[in-house]
Amino acid sequence: MGYTVYIILVPMLMFLFLGLGSKWLRPRVAGLCGTLGMAVSTLLSYATAYRYFFVEGLQDGAYPALTAWSVQWLQFGDTLHIDMGVLLDPISVMMLVVITTVSLMVHVYSFGYMKGERGFQRYYAFLSLFSFSMLGLVVATNIFQMYIFWELVGASSYLLIGFYYTKPAAIAASKKAFIVTRFADLGFLIGILILSYYTGTFDFGLLTADDASLAVTSMAGGSFLGLSAATWAMALLFMGAAGKSAMFPLHIWLPDAMEGPTPVSALIHAATMVVAGVYLIARMFPLYYFAAPDVLTLVTYVGAFTALFAAVIAITQTDIKRVLAFSTISQIAYMMVALGVSGMGGHAGEGYTASMFHLFTHAFFKALLFLGAGAVIHAVHSNEMEAMGGLRKYLPVTHITFLVACFSIAGIPPFSGFFSKDEILSAAFGHDKFIFTVLLLVAGLTAFYMFRLYFRIFWGTERKYEVRPHEAPASMLVPLVFLALLSCAVGWLPFSRLVSSDGIPYRLGIDWAIAAGGILVSLAGIAVATRFYMRERGLAARVAAKWAGFWRAAYHRFYIDEAWQFVTKKILFRCVSTPVAWFDRHAIDGGIDALGTGTQQLSRAVRGMQSGRVQTYAAVFVWSVLVIVVCVFIF
Amino acid sequence: MNILSVLVLIPLLTLLALFAGKGQRFVRTAVTAGFGLQLVCAVAVAVVFLQQRAVSDEAMLLFADTVWYAPFNIHYTVGVDGISVVMILLSAVVAFAGVFSAWNMERDFFVWYSLLAVGVFGYFISLDLFAMFMFYEIALIPMFLLIGVWGNGRKVYAATKLTLMLMGGSAFLLTGILGIYFTSGATTMNIMEIARLGVPMSHQYWIFCLTFIGFGVLGALFPFHTWSPDGHAAAPTSVSMLHAGVLMKLGGYGCFRVAIFLMPQAAQELSWIFLILTGIGVVYGAYGAVVQTDLKYMNAYSSVSHCSLVLFAILMLNRTAMTGAVLQMLSHGLMTALFFSLIGVIYGRTHTRDIRQMGGLMRIMPFASACYVIAGFASLGLPGFSGFVAEMTVFIGSFEHADLLRRVLTVLATTSIVVTAVYILRTVGKILYGPVQNPEHLKLDDAHWYERFSAVALIACIVAIGVWPSGVQGLIYDSLAPVVEHLNLF
Repeated sequence: MGYTVYIILVPMLMFLFLGLGSKWLRPRVAGLCGTLGMAVSTLLSYATAYRYFFVEGLQDGAYPALTAWSVQWLQFGDTLHIDMGVLLDPISVMMLVVITTVSLMVHVYSFGYMKGERGFQRYYAFLSLFSFSMLGLVVATNIFQMYIFWELVGASSYLLIGFYYTKPAAIAASKKAFIVTRFADLGFLIGILILSYYTGTFDFGLLTADDASLAVTSMAGGSFLGLSAATWAMALLFMGAAGKSAMFPLHIWLPDAMEGPTPVSALIHAATMVVAGVYLIARMFPLYYFAAPDVLTLVTYVGAFTALFAAVIAITQTDIKRVLAFSTISQIAYMMVALGVSGMGGHAGEGYTASMFHLFTHAFFKALLFLGAGAVIHAVHSNEMEAMGGLRKYLPVTHITFLVACFSIAGIPPFSGFFSKDEILSAAFGHDKFIFTVLLLVAGLTAFYMFRLYFRIFWGTERKYEVRPHEAPASMLVPLVFLALLSCAVGWLPFSRLVSSDGIPYRLGIDWAIAAGGILVSLAGIAVATRFYMRERGLAARVAAKWAGFWRAAYHRFYIDEAWQFVTKKILFRCVSTPVAWFDRHAIDGGIDALGTGTQQLSRAVRGMQSGRVQTYAAVFVWSVLVIVVCVFIF
Repeated sequence: MNILSVLVLIPLLTLLALFAGKGQRFVRTAVTAGFGLQLVCAVAVAVVFLQQRAVSDEAMLLFADTVWYAPFNIHYTVGVDGISVVMILLSAVVAFAGVFSAWNMERDFFVWYSLLAVGVFGYFISLDLFAMFMFYEIALIPMFLLIGVWGNGRKVYAATKLTLMLMGGSAFLLTGILGIYFTSGATTMNIMEIARLGVPMSHQYWIFCLTFIGFGVLGALFPFHTWSPDGHAAAPTSVSMLHAGVLMKLGGYGCFRVAIFLMPQAAQELSWIFLILTGIGVVYGAYGAVVQTDLKYMNAYSSVSHCSLVLFAILMLNRTAMTGAVLQMLSHGLMTALFFSLIGVIYGRTHTRDIRQMGGLMRIMPFASACYVIAGFASLGLPGFSGFVAEMTVFIGSFEHADLLRRVLTVLATTSIVVTAVYILRTVGKILYGPVQNPEHLKLDDAHWYERFSAVALIACIVAIGVWPSGVQGLIYDSLAPVVEHLNLF
C-alpha cells in the first residue's frame, strides 16, 4: 500500500505551494487548493482504512503492522538509523481517519469563519503544514521519526496560535505553548537517547516485538538513582507525552492556546495534536507494560488527578473556549487513565481499546463543540458567557448540533461518548476502585459543566444584542452537521474488533451495571445544571458565594500559571540569566579588559627608562656590570 | 595545477583585480564574479573529491606538495578529506552571500574581504602546520581593519580586543606548533607525517592544551569567548556573517585537525577538563543570550552556545559525535550568517538593534521578517533545518559514553535547546509581532533584491541539509574513518 505516503505528501506539497505562492494566489483560490488537497488525503485515508481492515485483514488472527513505505534518512554508526516511513497498524490507520476527517471539516469551516481575514493564504498554508506534520507523526515507523514530526506539530501549532500576530495575548500564548512543550520534549529526547543507547534501535517494530523483550533484556543492567534505566526512559517519554497532551502540571499552555483562531483550536487543541501524547503511550504500550510497569501507575495517577483538576476548573470559567479547553484536558486525562489501568492482550487490554475508542469519539464531538463555539462567537463577537444567552432562537442548527455534542461528552446513550466512556469506566473498575470513583465523579462534573455551558449560551436570559445574531453560513454549518452525525454514529462501531492491545480482535460488550452508574451520575450533573442555569435565578451565584474561596482559586486555575511564571520569570530570568550576563560582561570580560589596561600601565611604568639620555644609560650600564661582577664572585 | 590551489588563487586575483578600477559598478562586478567563481570552484572541488573518493582509499585526496622553505623543511602541502570539503563549501557559500549583503560597500572593503578569503581557503586546504598557521594569521589580520574601519559603535575597541585576544591564542598556537615540530622528530610540518610518527607522550599534554586553547579562542571556548559579542556587534553585516559563519569554524577545525588528531592520547586523558568548559559554554551562552537587548549581542551569545557544542562534540572523541560536530559547524555557519544578514537588513533600515525599540516589523517588512522567523526556527533546532540534524547527531554520539561525567554534561547540553527556544521566540515575538512600536518605522521598505538573494541562498542550503542530511553526513562520517582509526578508539 505504497500510495499511503501520498496521504502525507499531498498536504506537504500544498504547504509549499501555498506558502511560497501566497503573494500571488487569491484568498479563495488558496483556500480551495488547501481544501482540495486535504480532501484527497481524506479519501486516500478512507481507502487505506477500508483496505487495511477489510481487504488485507487479519494475518494469523491479528491485525499486522505493515511498513507500507520506508526510506533511510540518517545513519549513525553501524546499527542505529533513522528511517522515514509509513507504518500501518490499527491505531495509526484509525488516527489517519480521525485527522483527515477533522482537518477536512476545519478546512471547509474556515472558509466561512476566516473570511476576509488578513493572511487567509498563510492560514491555509499553516493548516496544511499542521496536517502534514500530524499525519507524519501518527504513521511514524520509529520513535525518532515521531519525535521529528512531534517537533513540527509544535511549530505549526506555534504559528497557528500566533496567527493574529498583532495581538499581544496571541503572541504570548504561542510562545508559552511552544516553550512549555519544548521543555517537555527535552524529556522525550533524553528518553529516546536512553532507549536507543540500550536497545540500539529506534524502530517501533523491534522495540515492541515479543513483549518488548529487547528493551527488557538490554535495559536490565542499567540503573540511575535507584531507578532502572527502563523506568527512567519510559518516565521521560511520558514527560514528553504529558507536555503535548497537557497533563498536570504541564497543562498550562493549552487554555492560553485558545487565543488562536477557533477552527485551529478545534483541529489542533482538541482533536488531534493534544492526543499525540496518548498516542505515544499507546504506541509504546508493550514497553510500558513489560519494561516499566511503575510508570504506568504514574500515568494512571497523573491522569486521574488531571481529569478531576481540569473538570473542577472548567466549572468556573466564563470564557466558552476556556471551558472547552479544560474539558479537553480532562477528557485526554481520561484516555491516559485508561492506558494506565490497561493490561495486555484480550480482555485484559480493555483499557487500551477504551483509550483509543475515547480518542476516536472525543475527536469528533470535541471538534464539533469547538466549531459550534466558533459559530456562536461568530454570531455575538465575544468569547464571554456574559455576552450570550437565549441564542437557540437565532442559531437553530448550531444549537442542535451543540446539544448533540454535549450529550455525547456527557456520556448519554446512544451518543458516541457513552460507549467509549463506559469502556474506560469498566476498565478502571476492574483495576482500581479508587480510580474508578474519581472517574465517575469526573463524569458527573463533565455533564454539569457542559450543560452549564450549553444553558448559558442557548438558554437563560436573552441579552440585548446590538446586531441581531445570525446563523453561520453554509460553509460552517455543513461541518457542524457532518460532525454531529458522526458523533451520533461512531459509538456503534465494534471498536474492540478493530483495535486491541495485541492486534487480536475480541468481543467487548457494554457493561450495563457500570453503564447505569455512569448514566445516573451524568444525568444528575445535567439535572443540577438545568436547575442552576436553564433560567437564571441567581441560584448558581449563591452557591458559588458559599464556596467563594475555593471558587476564586479554581477560577484562577489554582494559581499554577503564577507558579510557573515565578519559576521562569523570577528564578530563571532574574536569578540565572541576568547574573550570567552580568558575570560575563563584568567578571570575564572585565578580566580580559584588566589584562589590557594592566599591560598598558606596565608599559607606562617602564616607559621612563627609554629616556634617550646617554648619562642615565651609562649609569645603569656601569651599575649593572658591578652587580653582575659581584654576583659572579659571590656564587 | 592542483585544483585546491585555485581556491586560494581566485580570491587573490579578485583582490588584485579590484585595484584596476574604483567605480561601484566595477567593484560589484569584480567581487560577484570572483566569489561566484569561487563557489563554482568549491563545488567542482567537491565533485572531483567525490569522484576520487570512489576509487581511492587515501585519507587525503587532491594531494599536492611543493617545497617552500627548505632549511626548515616547510612545504606548501595541500589535500582535503570530506571534512575540509564541507568547510570549503560552507566558506564559499557564506562568502558569496556576504558579497550581496555588502552590496553598497566600497572597494577597499572588498580588498580586505578578499584577503580574508585567501586566508580562510588556504587554511582549510593546508596539510602543513606552518602553512596552516600562516593562512590562519592571514585570515585574522583583515578582520581588524574590516571592523575597525567599516564597523560601527565602539569599533576600534572591539576590533582591538578581538585581534589581541585571537593573537594571544595564536601565541599559544605557535608555541604548540613548534613543540610538535621539535618533539615529534619528524623534522617536517606535514600533519599526516607527524600523525604517523606520533608526538611523544610526555610532550602531548602541554602541546594539546596549548593548541586546543589556541584554536579554542577562535572557536568561542569558555572563558575566552568575550571577543565575540563585542566584535560581532561592532562589525558590519557581511563581516559578522563571515566571521561567525566561517572564521569561528577555523577554531573548531583546528582543534580537530591539530590538537586532537596529533595528540590523541592527551586528548583522551585531558578531554574531561575541556568537556566541562565547553559544556558550561553551551548552557552559559544560551542563558547569556536570554537577557540581551541588542540583536547582535543576542546572536553572538547564541553563537557561543552553538560553537561550544562543536568543541564539546569533538571532545567526545567518537565517530558519531564528531560527525555531529562537523555538521554543527556547517549548520551554525549557515544559520548564523543568515541571522546576521537579516539583522543587517533590519539595522540598515531602523538604525537600531535594540529589541525594545522595535515591534511589529512583520507588517512593515514581511519578507525579511518571514526569513527571520525561519532563521529562528533553524536556530532553535526545528526538524527540517540543518541545526536539528547536527544537534541530534551530537547528542546521540555524546550519549554513547556511559560514564557519569559525560552523561551529566550531555544532559546539561541538551537543556540548551529549551533555553534557545526561549530567547529566539522572545525576540521574534518582540520585534516582528505585536503592534508597530515606532511609527517612523512604517515608512521603511522591505529587503532589496540583493539582500533577498543572500537570505534565500542561505535558507536553501539550510533546508537542503535539514531535509536530506544523509549525503553530507555520509561524506563526513566516511572521512572520519581514518581519523577514528588513528585515534584508535572504537
